[in-house]
Amino acid sequence: MAKQHLAFLLMDGPYEQARTTTGFRLIDLALKRGHDVTVFCYEGAVSLAFAKQTPHANAVHGRDAVQEDHPNPKDWVTAFFARAQEKGSKLTWINCGLCVDERGAGECVPNVVRGSPADFWKAAEAANNTLVIPTR
Amino acid sequence: MPKKILHIVDSAYRATIEEQDDTVIWFAHAMKGAGADVSVLLRGNAVNYALEGQDASGLSFGAKKQTQPPALDADLAKLAAKGVEVLYVAEDAKERGLDPGAFVAGPKGISRKELAPLLGRHDLVFTW
Repeated sequence: MAKQHLAFLLMDGPYEQARTTTGFRLIDLALKRGHDVTVFCYEGAVSLAFAKQTPHANAVHGRDAVQEDHPNPKDWVTAFFARAQEKGSKLTWINCGLCVDERGAGECVPNVVRGSPADFWKAAEAANNTLVIPTR
Repeated sequence: MPKKILHIVDSAYRATIEEQDDTVIWFAHAMKGAGADVSVLLRGNAVNYALEGQDASGLSFGAKKQTQPPALDADLAKLAAKGVEVLYVAEDAKERGLDPGAFVAGPKGISRKELAPLLGRHDLVFTW
């Protein structure tokens, strides 16, 4: 298949539901197959790339922090950029700037940029298809 | 020519007190302002957004007051006034006992039977 451009809008914050994981699976698969991807994070989803996420130990699991190897979504976002580079794909990760400000979540992993709904609209115009995954 | 985009608002009153608006109606305003060709369909509980005279004022926690409560009816009317096609599912309004005569100016009722052609008229459909 020729290279496609897919746009996604994510809205949920991390650690609260399964929709983000589903979105991440789709994003990862698209990048694995060499497609270009634009992700627009709206509302709580801007926290997915928040740099201060910290892995923790889990006494219920009987594991310390190293053993627990808790997955922070910021690390997956970083991994997506590495995957895109490896596959020659273009990944654009846009955080809604106002959503970032109201959450104080401005410190993000590298390559994440600020934007607005206008940027999502431009991505949707340019993309072959667009999927919105809203909070429920 | 820009793609025709339909926003379907289904989850009603999601974070409206904190955001002082509905996040999707706001998003549609912003996209329209940027030049997008957007339409909005209210369905389910979100049809209530069209009811004129909603008042979400008066909230305070401790000394901190919500001084700018959401005005969802007015936001919807403004969206329609900007030329955005704003529709609501007529059966959903009827099931909730809502009288379209009490709705703000702008939103138009559409029957469930008309939804498939409506979706067909749009290049992108975003279901929120």
